[in-house]
Amino acid sequence: MSDGPLLTIVDIVKHFPLGGGVLAKPRGWVKAVDGVSFAVSRGESFGLVGESGCGKTTLGRLILRLIEPTDGRIEFDGQDIFSLSPAELMPLRRRMQIIFQDPYSSLDPRMKVDAIITEPLRAIQRLTRRQRQDTAAELLEKVGLQKADLDKYPHEFSGGQRQRIGIARALCVRPELIVADEPVSALDVSIQAQVINLIQDLKDEFNLAYVFISHDLSVVEHICDRIAVMYLGTIIELATTEEFSHAPRHPYTRALLQAVPLPDPHRRTEPFAMDGDVPSPIDPPSGCSFHPRCPYKFERCALETPLLVEATPNHFVACWLNQGHGLNIDD
Amino acid sequence: MNDKLLDIEDLRVSFHIPEGVARAVDGVNFNLAPGETIGLVGESGCGKSVTALSILGLIPSPPGKIESGKILFNGQNLLDFDLERLRKIRGRDISMIFQEPMTSLNPVLSIGRQVAEPLMTHQGLSRAAAFKKAADWLDYVKIPAAAKRLNDYPHQLSGGMRQRVMIAMAMVCGPKLLIADEPTTALDVTIQAQILSLMVRLKEELEMSLLLITHDLGVVAQMASRVVVMYAGQIVEEAGVVDLFDYPFHPYTQGLLKSVPRAVRSGEQIKRLNEIKGTVPPLTQMIVGCKFADRCRHSFQLCREKQPTLFRIKNGHRARCWLKEHPERRRDNV
Repeated sequence: MSDGPLLTIVDIVKHFPLGGGVLAKPRGWVKAVDGVSFAVSRGESFGLVGESGCGKTTLGRLILRLIEPTDGRIEFDGQDIFSLSPAELMPLRRRMQIIFQDPYSSLDPRMKVDAIITEPLRAIQRLTRRQRQDTAAELLEKVGLQKADLDKYPHEFSGGQRQRIGIARALCVRPELIVADEPVSALDVSIQAQVINLIQDLKDEFNLAYVFISHDLSVVEHICDRIAVMYLGTIIELATTEEFSHAPRHPYTRALLQAVPLPDPHRRTEPFAMDGDVPSPIDPPSGCSFHPRCPYKFERCALETPLLVEATPNHFVACWLNQGHGLNIDD
Repeated sequence: MNDKLLDIEDLRVSFHIPEGVARAVDGVNFNLAPGETIGLVGESGCGKSVTALSILGLIPSPPGKIESGKILFNGQNLLDFDLERLRKIRGRDISMIFQEPMTSLNPVLSIGRQVAEPLMTHQGLSRAAAFKKAADWLDYVKIPAAAKRLNDYPHQLSGGMRQRVMIAMAMVCGPKLLIADEPTTALDVTIQAQILSLMVRLKEELEMSLLLITHDLGVVAQMASRVVVMYAGQIVEEAGVVDLFDYPFHPYTQGLLKSVPRAVRSGEQIKRLNEIKGTVPPLTQMIVGCKFADRCRHSFQLCREKQPTLFRIKNGHRARCWLKEHPERRRDNV
């Protein structure tokens, strides 16, 4: 184990071909992830937020090497995951796991719970029936289900319980990193609270690092230590949760935060209605990809792409305002 | 003038399914005044959508069946209406917008045709006049270059744009009541903000009533004047929006409010979210007593023996909980 960050992402790029076929040339490229870099430490909760199509899910899949990148590098504990052969990758796979959004389609309906939960472990080593049952029982208890549930099938559980099974499956191999892709978005409010609390408890118990992907800013603010905002395949702001919430520098981050309706009837605010839709990632706008919707735009924004720079310690932003430092708190 | 535009009395709707009889709506009473916005909140399966669908006679039957009750709109019971009379109401006096703008628009008709249709049906406008008015409405809901887009099909529009088309369709005849069933749930947060501010503007300009169905307490707090909370087919609490958020009475409402993560900018961080233990009971299960008793931290013997009625807490504030009669049973807050 090295002393460096657990996960390091350097200029990762993923473009998907559009149309075309085996022989035909693609008609264009969807620039799903277009040059993203960041690092996650051991035991850290790193939030990835953005609207549909911003590339956050693609990035999550790249981190686990579920898809191959177009360019760039991802290191897990100092090892470049894309340079490894499948056999070499195996020991790393048990150290990183994923929890999916949809608790209905992510569990095999024909497998019993004990088989589902221990499947990651069985991919690595042989288990006797007894070992399998014991391991599964222990994990079920950790996620708040009972031993009696071992012999049931997924359809016998509610959405929240299924998500607990998905979490138990991810924990089975004692990972150090879990990529959680919208793990609570499909759940009702009261059940969402149960699962969020569980995610936090497990983090403390197992010293887990999370890459927590969500479109729900309040959930991410609640769980994460640092937050990165994605827009059209790039990170446009990266800061600690405190800074992100109180001193956002990118106009898009500010718009996102102000667009969340507060559950407080005493503070009715005219929602900050930013005009327009997210542009297509096939043909993103020139310069800063946010400039067509930005109320602060000026000439430079359409011409040059701003880079992610450190505006204040540990607070990065990609915006040309204030000499590339983005908005100040009183702007 | 009638002070109740819509008055739902003891509505009961059940679904006859292989597992038994699911009581989706189990005795719901509430009313809506002209120009008022009511937020109907609750989790999946609490009966909020079924209540809304009943108003327009959209419950699939079988397996659904409206067992009893009245839905009075301007004093007339919509449940007595035949299909012909309901059609005259739908889209003219009462309109509805749905959660999924992709599946609720017709994919093979142009958006101009879909927005113009209610005008031709209800107001007898000519095709040309209806299309002209449709273009005005698309412009009004801020579809860019509306006149040129009349011939576009739904797949050519983004999710937010489709929801704007749905709103235009619902509004063209100037309905007195708009039912919006999770209108922004499928949308991204910046697009949600656009749609909500559009709905606020339209409601004010057209003086219509809004029945807003949502699970998002933030949306309710920002939009509604009164809130009705449903649980397992019943209303468990009803109050003005400020009372509901400041002085929730029912343990379920209290639990819900404490289980949402707060935005940091709201200034009230909660370290650990409140959990409501357990899950909603299946609707097919016959429950004696309070339906929430199994999950309630205050429950005592009476709760399991007899179902509480909606007690009056104060003017305009009702809650279905025995704690009203036995306040000493309420455990201290943690």
